[in-house]
Amino acid sequence: MVTMTELHKYGTRKFIMPGTAACPGCPLQVGMRQLAMALDGKFVMVIPAGCSSIIPGTAPYTAYTVPVLHVPFASSPAVASGIVRAVRQRGNEGPVVVWAGDGATADIGFATLSGAAYRNEDILYIMADNEAYMNTGIQASGTTPWMAWTTTSPRGKTEDKKDVALIMLMHKVPYVATASIAYPMDFIDKVRRAMQVKGFRFIHLHAPCPPGWKMDDAYTIRAARLAVETGAWILWEYNQGKLTISPPSIPFKDRARRKPLEEYLKIQGRFAHLKPEDIKLMEEKIDRQWDLILKLAEIYK
Amino acid sequence: MTGQISLAKQVKKVLVGDHAVAEAVKLARVNVISAYPITPQTLIVERISEMIERGELKADYIRVESEFAALATVYGAAAGGARAFTATSSHGLFYMYEMLWWAAASRVPLVMAVVTRVLGPPWNIHDEHTDLLAIRDSGWIIGMAQNVQEAFDMTLTAFKISEDEKVLLPVAIGLDGFILSHTAEPLDIPSQEDVDSWLPPRNPRIPYTIEPGGEPITMGNLPKNDVYHALLKKYMDESMENAKKVIAEVYDEYGKLTGRNYGPLTECYRCSDARYIAVSMGAWSGDIMGAIERLRDEGYPVGLLRIRYLRPFPEEDITAWINGAKGVIVFDRDYSAGLGGVLASEISGFIPSNVSFEGVLAGLGGFDVSPDEFRGIIKEFIDKTEREGPIKIRKYWYIPKVEG
Amino acid sequence: MSVAEKLKGLLLSTPAAGAGGRTGTWRVYRPVVNYSKCTKCGLCWLYCPENVIDWLEDKNVRINYDYCKGCGICADVCPVKAIDMVKEGVV
Repeated sequence: MVTMTELHKYGTRKFIMPGTAACPGCPLQVGMRQLAMALDGKFVMVIPAGCSSIIPGTAPYTAYTVPVLHVPFASSPAVASGIVRAVRQRGNEGPVVVWAGDGATADIGFATLSGAAYRNEDILYIMADNEAYMNTGIQASGTTPWMAWTTTSPRGKTEDKKDVALIMLMHKVPYVATASIAYPMDFIDKVRRAMQVKGFRFIHLHAPCPPGWKMDDAYTIRAARLAVETGAWILWEYNQGKLTISPPSIPFKDRARRKPLEEYLKIQGRFAHLKPEDIKLMEEKIDRQWDLILKLAEIYK
Repeated sequence: MTGQISLAKQVKKVLVGDHAVAEAVKLARVNVISAYPITPQTLIVERISEMIERGELKADYIRVESEFAALATVYGAAAGGARAFTATSSHGLFYMYEMLWWAAASRVPLVMAVVTRVLGPPWNIHDEHTDLLAIRDSGWIIGMAQNVQEAFDMTLTAFKISEDEKVLLPVAIGLDGFILSHTAEPLDIPSQEDVDSWLPPRNPRIPYTIEPGGEPITMGNLPKNDVYHALLKKYMDESMENAKKVIAEVYDEYGKLTGRNYGPLTECYRCSDARYIAVSMGAWSGDIMGAIERLRDEGYPVGLLRIRYLRPFPEEDITAWINGAKGVIVFDRDYSAGLGGVLASEISGFIPSNVSFEGVLAGLGGFDVSPDEFRGIIKEFIDKTEREGPIKIRKYWYIPKVEG
Repeated sequence: MSVAEKLKGLLLSTPAAGAGGRTGTWRVYRPVVNYSKCTKCGLCWLYCPENVIDWLEDKNVRINYDYCKGCGICADVCPVKAIDMVKEGVV
């Protein structure tokens, strides 16, 4: 279990060089720093089109300090499959990580994701979910939550959030987990446990985006924490046959212990138009999701 | 380049075109292969899978869910330092279109076999060159074989050309669907030892490798200035120019290895004393040569310029061969909508105004054209020029009558 | 120059600070640490998106104002409210 004492050794280490093109308060930065700490900065990244294509700045320089291949939008799981086969042939067992957004993963890259997962390619796939196509200016994606404002769902999104992590579970891969940038110890531990497993490992990382969610720049972590504390985001982990609710989410199994959903919604302008009946429906959806995950935890004991 | 090359011991086999390509992939010791099945390419990947299962080829064969994934996967493998190969056709080629451009501009070596096939609708699995020619702008070096032996030879040399430091562009080798892919012809195959002496393993350092623990380079983030991007295109153009010399060098060496000497970018059949030149690509060039033979017997001074590599565009070869000709007739088994034949349009710019020119569209949709039909078309062109002086027919649609 | 060398700096990039510019100029508010309140917990360092906070050997924190964008996350996560967001231009 990682501790702050252990992470202190990275106190002046820049896994991502400062001076990036990221928006102030960007969750992807927070998440990638945590990923790098978990892997001691030794990995390669395959990055499909998205915010992370722009964040590292312009050639001849990049803010990323590991080898990175920027690739077309739909291709990252397939490209990563090729890289990992090539480097493993040369006896290199190092981590090949896909760092992809929700659009690249749940929508346009869905087929390549499914292919790589079903082949059980030895890659670590992080879906950094800011819940819309943020790089192109906040358009709805498959993981945009129900009722969220985006430029292509101005009255609120009519579809539900696509549950990519459960879809990965049904691909029978050895490791699937959800994580949040507000719970870095949990995320880092999950990355490290995933690295103990060979095969396709998928982590769905919740990454609240201030401009996209119409939120104060400073509230990135606060929003991620409230998502867990209201039960809206469930932290769970499936590791080679066992599915467990992660410690930070355990208290919120109990409906009564969850913070009121309004606390999470009211700091986000993208939900400003919600009526009380919408919020009630949202709570019901959250209840049903908890039921599902808890039942799965029973099945995968 | 590679030291002393001596003539290889070769074995004669009878193989269909697809299997000959697979044989070349095996001898090239390709590390990673990924492809999605599509008629008429499927025999290539089936044979490669068998070879791997039997232990004849030590490679990763990745069964992917689409052609887009196939090219993305072998591209990843190449960026990871491996020698990689894929194969496809028509619709599959177009499904990987985005990736084709990305791969070429990433400057990693790659080889792809394109078994040419008509594009639908309607569904049609017969032969046409439109698919291969549709990628001619992408930065891929494009070659097309005339027979099974050449399909084998072009695939094998493709790895050497692609990985050359002065080139570093991916190579696509076309072979006519069914006409070559599924037709058995005899061919000579060098031994593994002989190929090894001529084709070393891929050097992952050239031009770069993305690997865990490797140099912390990033490929592909935004340029600071758009001029950088323009420069990259100029460098790609320089590499294409270099490729002309490299292709010649590689075939020169390959000639020493196998005894088979090809005109590197083009070959001209009976052109030295020709007043009229026909131009073509691919398998039907053999039929056109048959027509040339008959016309020669009738006293027509005609030759055939066969284009082996369309990219890099063999400008020097073409201008040299058509220099002094009275007429040029180009056969396109492809069609660029609203323009006409692709070869005709690329070559017409080099035809002086006082030289007769005709672009023939034939064999589209896969219908066969016999040597006799070729003879008739060429004869008509030459007769008309002799009678009337230089003619310019950009599009001559040859469509034979159909029974019923 | 070989093709590989020509690609460096154009197609291929290497790590450097400020690849996105001198982002300190973006700031409207700057984080100011009240060192008498600071408990040296390191949470501000942990959550800083721009990696401009150093959590030093002795567990003190130091902010690099060349690149700090003033997002305010450090102030928001500080458990003892030891960081104030002060408007730039105010002495």
